[in-house]
Amino acid sequence: MATQDTKVTMDSRSRDLRKLVVTALEGGGRGHLGSSMSLIEILRVLYDDILRYRSDDPDWKNRDRCILSKGHGCLALYAILADKGFIPVSELSRFCKADTFLGGHPDAGKVPGVEASTGALGHGLSIGVGMALAARLERRSSRIYVITGDGEINEGSIWEAAMSASKHKLSNLTVIIDYNKLQSYGPTRDVLELEPLADKWRSFGFEVREIDGHDVDEIKMALTLEPTNKPTALICHTVKGKGFPFAEHNPDWHHKSRLSQSQIENMYRVLEESR
Amino acid sequence: MRKRCLNTIYELAKQDPRVVFIGSDLGPGTLDQFREEMPERFFMEGVSEQHIIGMAAGLCMDGYIPFVNTIATFLTRRCYEQIAIDLCMHNLPVRLIGNGGGLVYAPLGPTHLATDDFALLGSLPNMSVVAPCDADEIERLTSQTLDYPGPLYMRLGKGGDPVVSSSLDNTVIGKANTLKEPGDVLFVSTGVMVNRCLIASELLAEYGIKAGVLNMHTIKPLDKPALLRLAAKVRSVVTVEEHITRNGLGSAVTEAIVESALTTLPSILKLGLPDSFADQYGSQDLLLESYGLQPASIAESVKRLVAKQAA
Repeated sequence: MATQDTKVTMDSRSRDLRKLVVTALEGGGRGHLGSSMSLIEILRVLYDDILRYRSDDPDWKNRDRCILSKGHGCLALYAILADKGFIPVSELSRFCKADTFLGGHPDAGKVPGVEASTGALGHGLSIGVGMALAARLERRSSRIYVITGDGEINEGSIWEAAMSASKHKLSNLTVIIDYNKLQSYGPTRDVLELEPLADKWRSFGFEVREIDGHDVDEIKMALTLEPTNKPTALICHTVKGKGFPFAEHNPDWHHKSRLSQSQIENMYRVLEESR
Repeated sequence: MRKRCLNTIYELAKQDPRVVFIGSDLGPGTLDQFREEMPERFFMEGVSEQHIIGMAAGLCMDGYIPFVNTIATFLTRRCYEQIAIDLCMHNLPVRLIGNGGGLVYAPLGPTHLATDDFALLGSLPNMSVVAPCDADEIERLTSQTLDYPGPLYMRLGKGGDPVVSSSLDNTVIGKANTLKEPGDVLFVSTGVMVNRCLIASELLAEYGIKAGVLNMHTIKPLDKPALLRLAAKVRSVVTVEEHITRNGLGSAVTEAIVESALTTLPSILKLGLPDSFADQYGSQDLLLESYGLQPASIAESVKRLVAKQAA
């Protein structure tokens, strides 16, 4: 397992996806940069290598389901959905405009490929439990992935859902924790300590794996391991604001409601220099 | 009431493989037959109201019709955000069945009373709110929920209430039933208060006051045409509910009348519970008496109203 200080070389794929996020930040003049950038590699591996889906038929019954429970990280989800053809790339520039379908939190009723409307925290895992039960009832092989934040799992409802997932031995359910160690106010260890996090999930009946959430190979390996008879918790050690030195580990970049053009240009410059 | 409702859900589940039952931590033996015959579709998930609403949403997103059952106040307050977002925002046909609506759990105190459930759930977009008046009506309404669009909350009473509805009523969710044609006064009521209005109406008849009774089993969407058709004929509309008078049936009826195009508006009297937590125990009937919601008290309130109008 790597630590959050691990430097992972950003390849062109990760850089391009981050650029799509910056396109949306520029269009909306706002957004959750830090919370989205820690998610890029997780979503990239899921959509490139793991999930079964049809972008031209988002409701295909036998698809795998990916719920972004930390809805405030939606810019990363929009980037990958645009990249995969669920939505037009051009819509990213209209992020948060009055008549766009790409709001500041993802709306399943509007955005093709979004499984559940999220934004209020602590909802996604219970929905995932319901979907995993539905798949089992229908003898479908669909797998269900729920991505939570670390601050998000302060919510008691997450642990209600965890007990239920364990009770039902939902081996088709994986919860992925984007453990970037920062929530809105500051470090998770100061706001509400989560450690020992792996032990917590283990004690709730999950098969637990801990990885570097920016290491593409490591993520892929963890997500392709044979499922056990338990639900899986994949703790991804990530860096909030990953890829942007000014934002990395910096709670001030959790969300920005007014981004200047110079800040946007700086983001593009950082991405160019990372080549 | 509860037993009849659960039996109806069991019958629906036998007919339709989309039906699943989700309880929190209900009494021993609840729906044993369902559990034994259809174990895959029977869930008892523990005291976790937030979770069971989300879980119901997930099942429903994949085509199932979950019936979620627990004590009404926990089902409406504890998991309000899950209901608002997971169910209402996604407009999912999940059915919430609330046990012990109103003052049923009077001896257990205010933590167990569901006296604001119409207000809470009625405020949510896409949500329908239903309060049947007796066991027969519960069966007729529950049977219609399979293909009814969107989320629906059903408040159940204690059970053992006299049957005052009739299979001849043509019970339809969203359509009020006129149980008694009005004279000068029209009672508009819901749930177990409908029967008390019928008795109050008989008491008033002895004083020469003819009061009709409109059974508004569906509080949302409110059957405005039925309400306004009768409201146009009367001098007074009296709403009676086992619920705070604020933002419940009385408020909905008042809004509908005030915002209507009626040329002469009837006076409106809202009878219900005050804006406070119950400070007595005893029984449902005793509390209803103390709040002036038993038939004799209801009749007295109407007599005072009529006398005031005549003065």
